[in-house]
Amino acid sequence: MSMTPQEYQELCNKASPSSKSLVRIPTAFAVGGLICVIGQLLLAFYGSLGVSEEQAPAWVSITLIFLSALLTGLRVYDNIARYAGAGTLVPITGFANAVASPALEFKSEGLVLGLAAKMFVIAGPVIVYGLAASVAYGLLLVLASLL
Amino acid sequence: MATRIGRYTLRLDTSPSVECYAAIGAKKEAEGPLAACFDQLMEDSTLGEQTWEKAESRLQKEIVALALNKGGLSPEEIDCIFAGDLLNQCTSSSYGLRSFGLPLIGVYGACSTMAESLGLAGLFVEGGFARRAMAVTSSHFCSAEKQFRFPLEYGGQRPPTSQWTVTGAGAAVAGPSGGPPYLRAVTFGRVQDMGIKDANNMGAAMAPAAADTLLRYFDDTRTAPEDYDMIFTGDLGQIGSDLLLQLTAPRGIDLAGKHTDCGLLIYDRKKQTEVGAGGSGCGCAATVLCGYLLDQLREGRFQEILFMATGALMSPTIVQQGESIPGVAHLLHLSANPWPKEVVS
Repeated sequence: MSMTPQEYQELCNKASPSSKSLVRIPTAFAVGGLICVIGQLLLAFYGSLGVSEEQAPAWVSITLIFLSALLTGLRVYDNIARYAGAGTLVPITGFANAVASPALEFKSEGLVLGLAAKMFVIAGPVIVYGLAASVAYGLLLVLASLL
Repeated sequence: MATRIGRYTLRLDTSPSVECYAAIGAKKEAEGPLAACFDQLMEDSTLGEQTWEKAESRLQKEIVALALNKGGLSPEEIDCIFAGDLLNQCTSSSYGLRSFGLPLIGVYGACSTMAESLGLAGLFVEGGFARRAMAVTSSHFCSAEKQFRFPLEYGGQRPPTSQWTVTGAGAAVAGPSGGPPYLRAVTFGRVQDMGIKDANNMGAAMAPAAADTLLRYFDDTRTAPEDYDMIFTGDLGQIGSDLLLQLTAPRGIDLAGKHTDCGLLIYDRKKQTEVGAGGSGCGCAATVLCGYLLDQLREGRFQEILFMATGALMSPTIVQQGESIPGVAHLLHLSANPWPKEVVS
């Protein structure tokens, strides 16, 4: 082929359509916003049940996580996410789906080496680097307090 | 015995016949424009099995039985099977075909497996190493997603360059020259790598291999696109097809109007928008060949075609290590007529 990889990459970029951001971004914004509204309504609901202001947000998270895992199990979640994109990915719902979906997929290889071992194949990096970042942030806080 | 033409092309002088063949698809294929061409369309993509890997193995078992049945052949009349698929260790072939008790020659060519295996089967018949040899391959959307991408229920968006793995299988039996279609020539491809690293743009990774094999075939045989009714590539999809035309044009080969792609034929991209740039997987080229193209040749609607299945030889491990995706393309010249005596004598 009388073409360099760089030239070919340019040719590819021209031939490859990019994602329809004009449609996808507003959809993600709307769905993500809707999930937040649901969260807010849940917060009010738990408040009305007499749950304390400190505990109510945890109940909201638990409910959203449960609903995402349920919708993942019912094979509905991915169909919503196909349109919603970052709208369903960014809130806590995305994290729940990222744990539940490999658990479902790999349960065929057994509860230990399949389900349990592969469960964090997507969400694992978020946990690892999330924890690492929180440690680094904690150290910075300690250092700052010493100054 | 086959004759080497030029540097890379093997002419099968006895023009072995593709005696019988069959194609199986599933739901998505049943919604596509070629639905009527399949011998069987599976309603249930699990095929009654517990896992996707077992389902794909079942596909291979079913397709071999179906192709033999169509040809009125028993397994004892087949001397060997060339088979492969996308899964690690060619799982579907080894497990799916273990019950037939036939010599199995496993091949891995990713999505190019149909052309690779049928080329080898034809050469075995041509060389007298087998009276009849079979070529089999399959792919399954769910097992491919599981191995190469994300879990099925993971909520992600596919970029428009991505392709949809066909759930399907194809099988063809090469035998002594009898009736059409005939296998006239084979060109095995060289691995080509132009540095594409995007696993969601396989068409772009494979197009250079397709261009390379095609140009070398034309060089070897001193023929041109005008000498064929149509040139069918395996699963370049829309982007790979566009790139193929752009890669061959500067070499004086104009494919416009003479080329189409199995990945574009099998689905209706306007209605089935989720398929992205088109179909892919071993089953893509296999089902289009065994369900559609071979019948067209048998019935004389095509006289001469080139069938070139393309494969992205991607290992997720080494791509994660920063390597690019190599491609390969194997070409078959299929015809409604055997070689004229004056050519091969």
